[in-house]
Amino acid sequence: MTQLAVKKDAGIARSPLSVVLKALLYIVLIATALFTLIPFVWMLSASLKLDREVFSYPIRWIPETFHWENYSLIWSKVPLLTYFKNTALIAILVTFIQTLTSSFAAYAFAKLQFRGRNTLFICYVATIAVPWQTYMLPQFILMRSMGLYDTLWAIVVLQSFSAFGVFLMRQFYQGIPTELCEAARIDGLSEYGIWARIMLPLSKAAVATLVIFTFVGTWNDYMGPMIYLTRDINKTVQVGLRRFIQENSSDYHLIMAVSVCSLLPVSVVFLALQKYFIQGIATTGLKG
Amino acid sequence: MDQERRIIYKRNKTRYERKKELIAYSFIAPNFIGFAVFTLLPVLFSIFLSFVKWKGGDFSTMEWVGLGNYAEIFKTAKVAEKGLGYLFTKVDLGIALKNTLFYTVITVPLTLICAMALALALNKAVKGAVGFRTVFFFPYVASMVAICVCWRFMMMKDGPINQLIMALGGSFNKSWTADSGMAIWSIILVSVWRNMGYYMVIYLAALQGVPTDLYEAATMDGANKWQQFTHVTLPQLRPTTFFASTMMIISCFKIYDVVAIMTEGGPGRSTKMLVTYIYDEAFSNFNYGIASAIAMVLLVIVLVFTLAQFSMEGKYANN
Repeated sequence: MTQLAVKKDAGIARSPLSVVLKALLYIVLIATALFTLIPFVWMLSASLKLDREVFSYPIRWIPETFHWENYSLIWSKVPLLTYFKNTALIAILVTFIQTLTSSFAAYAFAKLQFRGRNTLFICYVATIAVPWQTYMLPQFILMRSMGLYDTLWAIVVLQSFSAFGVFLMRQFYQGIPTELCEAARIDGLSEYGIWARIMLPLSKAAVATLVIFTFVGTWNDYMGPMIYLTRDINKTVQVGLRRFIQENSSDYHLIMAVSVCSLLPVSVVFLALQKYFIQGIATTGLKG
Repeated sequence: MDQERRIIYKRNKTRYERKKELIAYSFIAPNFIGFAVFTLLPVLFSIFLSFVKWKGGDFSTMEWVGLGNYAEIFKTAKVAEKGLGYLFTKVDLGIALKNTLFYTVITVPLTLICAMALALALNKAVKGAVGFRTVFFFPYVASMVAICVCWRFMMMKDGPINQLIMALGGSFNKSWTADSGMAIWSIILVSVWRNMGYYMVIYLAALQGVPTDLYEAATMDGANKWQQFTHVTLPQLRPTTFFASTMMIISCFKIYDVVAIMTEGGPGRSTKMLVTYIYDEAFSNFNYGIASAIAMVLLVIVLVFTLAQFSMEGKYANN
């Protein structure tokens, strides 16, 4: 997909009009890129200023002096490290459980015969269409009665068993020839062996897509953790940031510093794996 | 003898088949148990909840009210008396519906037009296309809380956006999110900004699938660039546009995060959305029945668009 946008021009002699158009194209692209990036630049700039400098007129994009101490100050004001640990734990657990159980179930849906297969699969497909917001309340009542309220497990079980994962993996497995499985069966591999040694290695692309989207989705999730996590030791980065905003609503520079910190991990993951993000969206064309 | 053997064979076969089925179930079980308990059950439970009056707590305090919750949220008695206008100007549900619809109707076309324009631009031979693509897509993976609070600050009374408006000769000296007219526009702006890169990627993938000989044929027929766009590119992208719009309409109807962080539904009720309404009734007022009835309204709307998408999918697949 890296070749997505690098189709080369035929190299025909340029008329003045096409030169103008080309220049216009670049102007539009650069302007849009600026529009896209400016909030991040502003955030970074504000995070290095003094409180009263944030809304100075006219705006100074580069702070007079860089107040790096903002970044050390926030660690004493907000248990950011705890938030990071919680979020990382949830994101890793969810990604692991989700990928493992979905690909497991998807193998049966795609390649095995059993009674009730279609009915079960219709259950999955039907709930993809049901927005989580319509059943978040009964789910909350259920989890509270199970004693999961205000525990990290609430978010783990909430995110881990999405129908979307099963659906995505099944689509992919259906594209793998059934003859491969049959040949392996004749060679004496058990179904579990076929899943582990043939299906899983062949579905690396789908697994990669599922892993990064689950990870980023869980990391950035706001509504779920906000409903379930109330004690500070349980909060995720998003909910913790929200709490910090509410309690220090006029410390603009510190809020921006915490915001920058909350963006860093996902930004690194995205920049390292952006090829897979783009591929994932282009091939599934589905929600992230 | 022969028959006996056949019976044994048959019995063995069923045992063999049963074993195969058990293995299949063992593959499904880990996911299905979690799915059934935490998704399927709550979905069914929410339908039931919409017909009862319940403030939480003990199950014995639950009271069956039939369609009472629906009558309550639609204020059917008052609306019957004062007309439909009353629903959309005074009733919470009507206002939430109106706001959500307004937000959707503006955001979807705006995002898709920007997304398509960016995709078309990047599909030309542009230097640094991969870099541009990365930049445009980045807001989509950035965390909502951070970007929304940043936008809220930038739209404050003395913030850079009002400064820019002033520099351009206009004047607006209020916080966008504190102005009942502008608040919804601030949400629209952030949504378009965040989502256009995502849909751009979808359009870029679709553009790769447009056969180049169509353009060659159009050029031979003497079509200029604009005619090529309207007669080749647009029709070729129609299925993508359709799916992108239904997908986006559905996600717009579920909007919550941006509103919760930027305006909290205010000022007044000017940015109250369906999901913020559900959330308030469920987790602030503990009206579980009412919240579930509103949730059903959201469900019906989303299902209508999903079904439209399914039926069109069949149509495009047949063509």
